[in-house]
Amino acid sequence: MRRERVPIAVGILAASGAAFFILPLLGLIVRSPWGDAIKALTAPDTVEALKLSLVASLSATVIALVFGVPLAWVFARVEFRGRNLLRALTTLPMVLPPVVGGIALLLAFGRRGLVGSWLDSTFGITLPFTTAGVVMAETFVAMPFLIITVEAGLRSMDRRYEEAARTLGAKRWTVFTRVTLPLIGPSLFAGAVLCWARALGEFGATITFAGNFPGVTQTMPLAVYLLLGTDHEASYILSLVLLVISLGVLVALRHRWLGSA
Amino acid sequence: MSLEANVRLTLGALDLDIELSVDEAEVVALLGPNGAGKTTLLRAVAGLVPLTSGYVKLDGRVLEDAASGKYVPTERRSIGVVFQDYLLFPHLSVLANVAFGMRSRGMPSHEAAEKAAQWLDRVGLSAYVQDKPDALSGGQRQRVALARALAPDPRLLLLDEPLAALDVTTRAEVRRDLKRHLTTFPGLRLVVTHDPLEAAMLADRLVVMENGRLVQTGTPAEVTERPRSQYVADLVGVNLLRGQADHGSVRISDDSVIAAAAAESGDVFAVIHPRAVALHLRRPEGSPRNAWPGRVSGVEMLGGRVRVRVEGDVPLVAEVTPAAISDMQVAEGGEVWVSFKSTDVGVYPA
Repeated sequence: MRRERVPIAVGILAASGAAFFILPLLGLIVRSPWGDAIKALTAPDTVEALKLSLVASLSATVIALVFGVPLAWVFARVEFRGRNLLRALTTLPMVLPPVVGGIALLLAFGRRGLVGSWLDSTFGITLPFTTAGVVMAETFVAMPFLIITVEAGLRSMDRRYEEAARTLGAKRWTVFTRVTLPLIGPSLFAGAVLCWARALGEFGATITFAGNFPGVTQTMPLAVYLLLGTDHEASYILSLVLLVISLGVLVALRHRWLGSA
Repeated sequence: MSLEANVRLTLGALDLDIELSVDEAEVVALLGPNGAGKTTLLRAVAGLVPLTSGYVKLDGRVLEDAASGKYVPTERRSIGVVFQDYLLFPHLSVLANVAFGMRSRGMPSHEAAEKAAQWLDRVGLSAYVQDKPDALSGGQRQRVALARALAPDPRLLLLDEPLAALDVTTRAEVRRDLKRHLTTFPGLRLVVTHDPLEAAMLADRLVVMENGRLVQTGTPAEVTERPRSQYVADLVGVNLLRGQADHGSVRISDDSVIAAAAAESGDVFAVIHPRAVALHLRRPEGSPRNAWPGRVSGVEMLGGRVRVRVEGDVPLVAEVTPAAISDMQVAEGGEVWVSFKSTDVGVYPA
């Protein structure tokens, strides 16, 4: 392959852009107190935050799958009035400032919220400032990633396989579970991983809706931010952990983003 | 016991309006050029495309009736379909593909697997049960598709261009096997194809379609002997003319009348085999009563013979030997005379 000649100005600007991404990562790696890594990672608060983060983000992913896949299917397959509006609303959290999302959640599910007050008075259920609240905040922000990825998968799949299944006597549910879902498997996987990664990194909506109580609502990103004020070296180590996880996601989805080479 | 369909629907540029019946004793082939609506008709019978009007009946049971709004969904019609590109489920093994229909209809998994294995044995693929479809060759995939369609024991088997995706070397072999399975299959059989040879070899009766309409139906012999459309005439390779017959002559247009040894009268088709058409450099003398000048518009080799297309009052194709062509120095744009005997004209009512 012939190498493209790069105009000097373009080369300089591109290199600066790349440096802008590389330098912070380098800083994190160089300045992390590697000697204290074990100690920082095994500190009780950190272990709590790590556990909570994993439980909450995985729960959010499962919930997103349960509700997001059917939503994506409806968006991809059913034509109805207001479909585009509904799709816009369900993907809004992708562009909404997470803090705004947190406040909106409070107004709906807070103790005095639209639904929250009813939940509180009827069932005695309070969601804000609980672990369930963390899961809700993460689901709210992360599910749109799953919905759009799965909808795209459903739209690009060859629907004639579903017709073939129907000619073989498969009812709708069988077609969906035995043909549609397996065929969009890669999109399902990508959507779930993206959703999980977004949930794991969630900060704004979580701290607004669920607060910052160690062991109950303090997830990794919250712990990192808090540690920055007290034990910044430990916060470096935790940041590094989150960085490694993000890199893992990138590797898992490399076929999708970096081509199949 | 039969399939009776009266299908009327519009899909994009296609306007389909056709009546079709398939009897138990016959294999029927839907033959027509691309875009004639063959596949759409098949899909309508399968319930995958809704009818605008008309009905589909299988063994007297109404599967769909546009007038009453009755519609039996595809999954509850007793049909098996072999799709053009097979549509084998890529995520399932060959065995699971064949077992799919029986599983969907509620057969326990071990029983379905056993029956599927028998089917794969019957199509000679027992060595591939655990493979994924993409590990198979085109011919093998076709067999899996056939086994998958037949395994649930459908009443009606629909095949959409079952051999079109195969290369020439495997096609003959797969066609022979397909013919055998079609013959032994106890239900109703309908094959869609654009290949006249395939249609003639697989089917007992042809239904020729063009532009969403039926143009001709009959046994392969009847259709090839008495084509009723330019499409069929071109497939068979004969000259087809249409005109008004009157006591031994057929008026093709205002200016041209051909002599034909036939007693027919009224609106007729006249068919002339290209081998019966002779070429001359000068006006022929002697017996032929049909002779006129024309200009050569095309010359092509076809299996050791040369087909010469001559434009004139009545455009005709003549088939001659390569030797004759070189003797006469026939070339595109050249002036020639064509002639044929009145006894070589086949005439039948239009």
